[in-house]
Amino acid sequence: MIHFLVHDTADTVAVAVVDIAAGMQLTGRDLSTNKPLKAKSAQDIPLGHKLALKDLAVGETVIKYGNEIGKVVKPIKAGQHVHVHNLKTKRWA
Amino acid sequence: MKNQKIYAYRRENGRVGVRNHVIILPVDDISNAACESVANNIKGTLGLPHAYGRLQFGEDLDLFFRTMIGTGSNPNVAAAIVIGIEPGWTQKIVDGIAKTGKPVAGFSIEGQGDIATIAQASAKAKEFVQWATELQRTECKFSELYISVKCGESDTTTGLASCPAVGNVIDKHCAIGGMASFGETTELTGAEHIVASKAANEKVRKQFQAMFDDYQKLVFGEKTNDLSESQPTKGNIAGGLTTIEEKALGNVEKLGKKTKFVGCLKPAEAPTNTGLWFMDTSSAAAEAVTLWAASGAVVHLFPTGQGNVIGNPIEPVIKLTGNPKTAKLMKDHIDLDVSPVLQGEMTLDQAGDALIEMIVRTANGRNTAAEALGHREFVMTKLYRSA
Repeated sequence: MIHFLVHDTADTVAVAVVDIAAGMQLTGRDLSTNKPLKAKSAQDIPLGHKLALKDLAVGETVIKYGNEIGKVVKPIKAGQHVHVHNLKTKRWA
Repeated sequence: MKNQKIYAYRRENGRVGVRNHVIILPVDDISNAACESVANNIKGTLGLPHAYGRLQFGEDLDLFFRTMIGTGSNPNVAAAIVIGIEPGWTQKIVDGIAKTGKPVAGFSIEGQGDIATIAQASAKAKEFVQWATELQRTECKFSELYISVKCGESDTTTGLASCPAVGNVIDKHCAIGGMASFGETTELTGAEHIVASKAANEKVRKQFQAMFDDYQKLVFGEKTNDLSESQPTKGNIAGGLTTIEEKALGNVEKLGKKTKFVGCLKPAEAPTNTGLWFMDTSSAAAEAVTLWAASGAVVHLFPTGQGNVIGNPIEPVIKLTGNPKTAKLMKDHIDLDVSPVLQGEMTLDQAGDALIEMIVRTANGRNTAAEALGHREFVMTKLYRSA
C-alpha cells in the first residue's frame, strides 16, 4: 500500500493518500522519478492532508509541486501534519 | 488518439451540439414569471430565470448581451424563445441568436401584460418543441466538441489525479484539432507563472498577464478582511488544501503537459479557432460554467475533490474525482472515479482515456449525474452595480 505521494523531488511536504495514524512507518512514491520513499508519521494525517518531509522553521518557504505554496508560521517537525495551523499563504492574506 | 465518432446534433451554422434544448430565455428579472409559465405550459422546454438585465451599462451591459446571445446561440440549443419587458433589448437578443440560423422568436410584455405574452410565446414554444424533437443525431467527430474545464471543492487529490486526468484529455483533444477553454483567473494565484509559460506566443502571454493582474487588483481593492478566509474555501481546507498557491498548482494540472494556449477570451466570448483558450472568469463554479456555455462550450469537465454538486442547464457537466472517500460518499454526483491513480493502480493516461470514453457516452446522450439530479445552475456574471 502507498501511504503518501510526493509531486516533485524538491518538495518539503507529501500528501497522505490513505488515513495515516501517528507513529506509522510509511511507504511513499516520488511522482517525478517514480522512486519509492520512506517516512515516519509523527501525528495522525487524514487522507488528502500533508505531512512534513523534513523539519521546517518559522519563515521557511514550503515547497510542493516544486513550487512555493506558503510560509511556515509555527515550527514543524518531520512527519507532522502541515496545514492552516502552521502554514500560511504568501499571496492572499 | 483516434478521432472517435460521436452522434450529435449538427446545427444550421455547422457547429456540433450534444443536447437539443428549446430554451425560454428572459431578457430581464421581471420577465422570469412569464418565462417560467411558458416553460411550465410547454413540456420539453427549459426556462432560464436569472437576476439581471435592467439598467446595466458599459462593459457590464456588453457582458450581459454576450451571455444572453451566447446562451441562445450554444449548439446544445435547438431553438429559443426570448421574453422581455420591452421590445428593444428583446429584439437585440433575438437578432443575435438568429445569426446562427436557428429558430428564435421574441415577445415583449409592455402593452399587453403577462397573460397575452405567455399565450403567444407558448404557442411558438410548442411549435419549436415539436420541430426540435424530430431532429436526429448524426455522425460527428470528437474533435468537433468544444470542451470547457474547471474544478471545484478541490482537495489535494484534485492535483494528484482528477486535474491531471483532465490535462491528459486536453493534450489528446487539442492534438486532434479540438477546441477547449480553461479559466478561473484568481485560482491561478501562485501558479500564474506556469500558465504564462504555456502561452503560445508573447502577445498571448501579455494578454493573460494583464487579465490576471486586473483581477488581482479588483480583489485587493475590495478586500475587507484576510482573503484566506474565502480562499481556499472551507471545503478545500477540510480536504487538506492550505493555501491559494497550493490550490492553484493543482488547478493548472488541467492544462495538460504539452498544450500551449492560443488566445485569451473575455468572459462569455467565443473562441475564434481551435486549440486551448484562456477565459477570464470568476472561480465560482456556477458563474464560470455559465460563461463557458455562453461562449459555445458543449461539454464541461469538472474535477472535484470533496464533491461540488454543480450542473448547468445548457452544457452537461461531467464530474470526476480522485478522492476514494468522495467517490463513495458522494457517488450520486460522480460520473467517473479516477481514485485508483493514488495507489498507482491506474495511470494518468488510462484515467484520461476513461474520461474520453465518458465524454463520448455523454455526447451520445447519456445524462450526467448533475443532469439526472436536475442541477441547472444558470448564474450570470455581473461586473458592477447597475445604474
